[in-house]
Amino acid sequence: MAFFLQNVINALQWGSFYALIALGYSMVYSILMLFNFTHGDIFMTGAYIGLGVATALLALSGVMGVVVPGWLLLIFTIVLAMMLTSLLGVLVERVGYRPLRDAPRASAAITGLMIGIILEYSNLAILGTRRLNFPTLIETTTYTVGGVFFTNKKILIVGIALLLMLALHLFIQKSRWGMAMRAMSFDYQIVPLMGVSLNVIAPLTFAIGSSLAAAGGILYGMAYPVLDPFMGIVLGWKSFVAAILGGRGSILGAALAGFLLGFIEIFTPMIFPSTFRDLIAYSIILLILTFRPYGFFGQAHSTQLRL
Amino acid sequence: MQLRVENLHVSYDRIKALYGLDFVIDKGEIVCIIGANGAGKSTTLRAISRMIPAEKGARMLFEGNDLLDYSADKVVRKLGISHVPEGRRLFGNLTVMENLQLATYARKDHTAIKQDMDLVFSIFPRLKERRTQLSATLSGGEQQMVAVGRAYMTGRKMMLLDEPSMGLAPLMMLGMFDALKEINRAGTTILLVEQNARLALKFAQRGYVIENGRIVLEGKSGDLLHDPEVRKAYLGG
Ligand SMILES: Nc1ncnc2c1ncn2[C@@H]1O[C@H](COP(=O)(O)OP(=O)(O)O)[C@@H](O)[C@H]1O
Ligand SMILES: [Mg+2]
Repeated sequence: MAFFLQNVINALQWGSFYALIALGYSMVYSILMLFNFTHGDIFMTGAYIGLGVATALLALSGVMGVVVPGWLLLIFTIVLAMMLTSLLGVLVERVGYRPLRDAPRASAAITGLMIGIILEYSNLAILGTRRLNFPTLIETTTYTVGGVFFTNKKILIVGIALLLMLALHLFIQKSRWGMAMRAMSFDYQIVPLMGVSLNVIAPLTFAIGSSLAAAGGILYGMAYPVLDPFMGIVLGWKSFVAAILGGRGSILGAALAGFLLGFIEIFTPMIFPSTFRDLIAYSIILLILTFRPYGFFGQAHSTQLRL
Repeated sequence: MQLRVENLHVSYDRIKALYGLDFVIDKGEIVCIIGANGAGKSTTLRAISRMIPAEKGARMLFEGNDLLDYSADKVVRKLGISHVPEGRRLFGNLTVMENLQLATYARKDHTAIKQDMDLVFSIFPRLKERRTQLSATLSGGEQQMVAVGRAYMTGRKMMLLDEPSMGLAPLMMLGMFDALKEINRAGTTILLVEQNARLALKFAQRGYVIENGRIVLEGKSGDLLHDPEVRKAYLGG
């Protein structure tokens, strides 16, 4: 039982990474019907931006000779890195996707892949092949409750991820921008007739998705501090799977599927050899998608009427 | 005159839909464009609201502003032209109230918003009862009320209406046109396109008849109603 609970915590942690990244795929898909294949590399860049911000903040507090508590540094790091990475998202939308808004979707997908590769190799070109370590902002403490071991970091990671998802949910349900996004996901052609500019809502969506990916990157860096320029590929693809599994364009679905992925991945090695993990895990998902091709909450897009 | 359109040509990819339309609308008027299915009525409205581009050489002036300088969202926001699209196109995943609120997205005049909302609810009391309901679950008539109310909330100088009678029961239809009269009395110019020519000509002061992307006839509604050609082609003899 203790072992089981411990793995639940691990699954929630991995689910948090997947869910935070999957949300970005889902948001962009829901309003632009576009798979943003740059997103995994935005996650990677976000993690590096977080690393840079954290290192700078630590150095700054060292120079000024003040002791800033770790949790405060973490909050600053997350907020600043989210803001900076959102600018990257806006840039990707502006130079990469907007010129292709009316082009075939395949062109946009390829453009996204190329920008991702550019991000990976700019990172390599600028930082070289050495692996950078995410600075320790918070010391690890291990707790035992009823035989279950868990660390403060895991709780923090899951907690922050859930908090961000709640914030996103409130934003989408309550703000006028969120309302415009929901409207756009239903019928984007008509949205301009409401006086709403797609050129505001589209970049905003990229900004939010990218900032969530950055938060995911920082949380990932807290758990697995060695970053590398290609870390966004596998995590990105798996999160993309989560977004599809949740139902294309469904925000709730993406979050839930992210966690489900975490659970499947953590629990398959309990039954099968660990080298079989992803083979089994993704076969299960393939099977689910055979029966539910639109994922948990997705629908066939019925709203794409002609003008 | 409030709107002047000259030499309006529009094409969809390879299909040409409009071949040089010219027409004018005065402030406060109710004008209709009638024509058969596929004649180019919806295309005309889409060109005015800038949902689709006009070909080079077109001129569209609204209160002295060149519409070609405006994007679709700016036509609504800056010029106050609203467009009730063909088939209503409500945001079915939003409630009635949210559909109306989204229409005020770009507006800052909060007291006026309140007044306009009151007017919409006084014209369509049904919407007040249904305001927390998802708009996809409304009846066709109620959906048309939301579509018109929503358009009114976006801009009130001119309303472009694309077949508001479509799919409505006769009684609903009459109610809808009464409501539009009221909106017009409140100061909104109305440009209506309709396949239901009789209804449109009874409602409007002037009309244009459009065939295969060209205006073939224009005049006062009363004259058009008695025009033998119009009677034969659009009013069933
Ligand atoms: N989205 C579109 N794509 C291609 N052709 C279109 C589109 N909409 C309309 N058309 C064509 O343009 C012409 C005019 O259509 P439309 O303006 O919708 O006519 P109406 O509203 O009078 O029924 C028709 O030949 C129609 O087939
Ligand atoms: Mg039409």
